[in-house]
Amino acid sequence: MSDLLIIFRKPPVGTSWAREALDLALVGAAFGQQASLVFMGDGVYQLLDNQQPDQVEQKGTQAMMKALPMYDIDQIFVSEESLSERGLTKDQLGFDCELIGQTELQALLKTHKQVFNF
Amino acid sequence: MLNLADKQIPTDEEGYLENLSDWQPEVAELIAEAEGLELTESHWEILNLLRQFYQEFELSPAMRPLVKYIGIHLDKDKAKSIYLMQLFGESPAKLASKLAGLPKPTNCL
Repeated sequence: MSDLLIIFRKPPVGTSWAREALDLALVGAAFGQQASLVFMGDGVYQLLDNQQPDQVEQKGTQAMMKALPMYDIDQIFVSEESLSERGLTKDQLGFDCELIGQTELQALLKTHKQVFNF
Repeated sequence: MLNLADKQIPTDEEGYLENLSDWQPEVAELIAEAEGLELTESHWEILNLLRQFYQEFELSPAMRPLVKYIGIHLDKDKAKSIYLMQLFGESPAKLASKLAGLPKPTNCL
């Protein structure tokens, strides 16, 4: 089995894209596949600390994201460019992740046979 | 559907509760009875921890994360799939989630 690369591009609320992507990561991990996650575009909002999805009467993904270590998923990357485009910094993120640029992203895409875009 | 005293509690066709808020310890006893299982203190320890997991992460864990979570919160000896199988049979994550009134783990064998 080869490893999964899952790309998160959607914000945590509004649609179920983010939850579906996380579900895939957790299923993969439960079946023993190594999953690496990349957050870019509006997907970076999923990493923000202190989200309050209940304000819009939604569940969000924050709680589920906190379960990632339980599933031994620790390869979490975030696009530096997407962060700065949104005026965000790494300090505002509630999750331990690694900042990456275009070169690193391309390398990740190259080394993974299975890439899922959400 | 489960009948508890004069109350009817809706479940799906596999026996998982439709409304998580319907859960109470008596519901677990009722499901256990239907599964031919007698709940001991050891079972309850796991069920309570499962409910705590759900509160924390808003999802029902598969086997491996459950074992890891047990290792963090309970005795290391209990953080083994064999221990859970002794208590809950062949698919511990599924049956224990059902007993604890949680949704069926989607990420589970």
